[in-house]
Amino acid sequence: MILELLFSGLVNGAIYALIALGFMIIYSATGVINFAQGEFVMVGAMLTAWLAGRGWPLLLVLPLALAGATLTGILTERFTIRPAREASPLTLIIITIGVSILLKGVAMLLWGKEPLPASPFWAGPPLSFFKAALPRQGLLVLGTSALVFVVVAAFFRYTLWGKAMRACAYNRFGARILGINLSGLTCLAFGISAALSGLAGTVIAPLVFASYDMGTMLGLKGFSAAVFGGLGSAGGALLGGFILGILEALAAGYLSSAYKDAIAFILLLVVLFLRPEGLLSPEKMEKL
Amino acid sequence: MRNWLAIFLGGLLFLWGSLGQAKKPYRIGALFSVTGPTSFIGDPEKKTLEMLVEEVNRAGGINGHPVEAIIYDTQGEETLTVQKFMRLVTQDRVLAVIGPSRTGTSLAVAPLAERYRVPLISCAAGIRIVEPVRPYVFKVAQSDRLAVKKIYGYLKAHGLTRVGILTVSNGFGQSGRQELKRLAPQYGITIVADELFGPKDTDMKPQLIRIRKAKAQAVICWGTNPGPAIVARNMRELGMTQKLIMSHGVASRRFIELAGKAAEGIILPAGKLIVAHELPDTDPQKPLLLSYIKRYKARYGVEPSSFGGHAYDAFLLLKKALAQAGADRKAIRDALENMKGVRGIHGIFNMSPQDHNGLSEREAFVLVEIRGGDFHLLKE
Repeated sequence: MILELLFSGLVNGAIYALIALGFMIIYSATGVINFAQGEFVMVGAMLTAWLAGRGWPLLLVLPLALAGATLTGILTERFTIRPAREASPLTLIIITIGVSILLKGVAMLLWGKEPLPASPFWAGPPLSFFKAALPRQGLLVLGTSALVFVVVAAFFRYTLWGKAMRACAYNRFGARILGINLSGLTCLAFGISAALSGLAGTVIAPLVFASYDMGTMLGLKGFSAAVFGGLGSAGGALLGGFILGILEALAAGYLSSAYKDAIAFILLLVVLFLRPEGLLSPEKMEKL
Repeated sequence: MRNWLAIFLGGLLFLWGSLGQAKKPYRIGALFSVTGPTSFIGDPEKKTLEMLVEEVNRAGGINGHPVEAIIYDTQGEETLTVQKFMRLVTQDRVLAVIGPSRTGTSLAVAPLAERYRVPLISCAAGIRIVEPVRPYVFKVAQSDRLAVKKIYGYLKAHGLTRVGILTVSNGFGQSGRQELKRLAPQYGITIVADELFGPKDTDMKPQLIRIRKAKAQAVICWGTNPGPAIVARNMRELGMTQKLIMSHGVASRRFIELAGKAAEGIILPAGKLIVAHELPDTDPQKPLLLSYIKRYKARYGVEPSSFGGHAYDAFLLLKKALAQAGADRKAIRDALENMKGVRGIHGIFNMSPQDHNGLSEREAFVLVEIRGGDFHLLKE
């Protein structure tokens, strides 16, 4: 039982971690909390379910869904964030809320209000592991996210753009003085962030069905995970996501399913009272 | 000269027209959630009512009175429903109101129907609409209680007495949960696990793991799409083989599309409409059901949903009441309360002063099984 609960928690946690990573990347580059993040997940999931539903092969659907989500992110930056780039972060945050409502509305008009089904990428009975049933799609989600986390970590550590983004996260003004192209960086951040969220949407479409309003709750969970881990730290986003997912699963499995969300969020609040900066915050790492 | 001719002809036409409509029309109102999140309920209701009113008028009206239906969209919102109801009563001066579509909106206007003494025939399921009985409030949709009785009857007959219930944390799910828990002892059923899920939840595996650990022989899931479809898939993902039973909340083909292969073998109570073709010829409702499907399909090109059937039943009862009572609200109410043996889409209505729903679980629901991607009547 514990194994299955943990696995279920890990799979959800991987999704939250992907979304939290998206929050963290945009926050690092721009200082803005992007409340349209959940909508990028929705775009990825919707495109996957819709294209797969029209009988397109998976090898074509997945890149297209990812590209669609990435494009949504880039367009969001070009047409809403960039024109208002001199505004305060608070204004920009409110703009992202507007973008979120807009994307939700457009998706509703395009795809309707009914949830769309998608069949699992890897069908078949669950795999057995120490008498615990592990669903195949869940393993796929875990594998994909692990791979993505490695790629993202390598990007931040070894590439020039990744280093620039980290510099920006430490000190935006300083980064600008050093000649870092902030405008290009912002655009890149939105693109990567939307791609990660789109990927989250793509892999969960077969698990939860795609609907125009699925982004709000997922965005909220991802945001909590990001805050929990300490906004601005990739490791924190991952940790936050996995802890939130596992907490939810254990709370539902051992305590009460009616209050599972409440229990998970209360624990998060307790941690934040004790450590307001989050588990791993960049300021802390800077001092090290 | 030509002008005179035109006036003469016009006058003739006017006379002819007023002769054809010699009697004053019966004006009725309707409140449906035609748009908004519950448009899937209100839209087929509106279409059904429009079709029926047209048919009645083509056939010469009710005792020679044509019927005029004023339909307002409530968007499924309580405030708007109350406004539109007031408008129907005070400005349009309708004889009776059909709808609203949802339990929440119905409860919002029920006290007003009492205050203004306007017969209201709700199309929503919630039992609280007619319990306790309000003199002017009726409803045609089957109550949750009837669905629970049907399910428990099946479980008892098959010796499945340990059940786990998994309900959605909204009005529909909690009303079902209450009835499930209340009626269980009467059927000798033990609820070994009582789990909940949120309407937007994406993973119900932890709850199912708990139910499995409690050694339930069957799982009853109470909710509307997409939650129950996720439950069905999650059970497959966990390799659970317990019998899965759903509520009538998912008795639409949409559910099968969503759940895919995981829907196979699921049993649920549903109105007879979705398995009309498989009913035995002795079924008293079968001719009406087939005729409704045919007429609706001919006009709108799609099969009617069970929600349209509620509007059908409401209009059927109101038509009979108007034929007996004429244009008098009090007399219409009395006639509605004494309706006996009316064959409708969702059952045979036997109203009484104690029961303003008038359905019994014998006819209101049949058990259906999902096999080969479609609903099939389960032989009892």
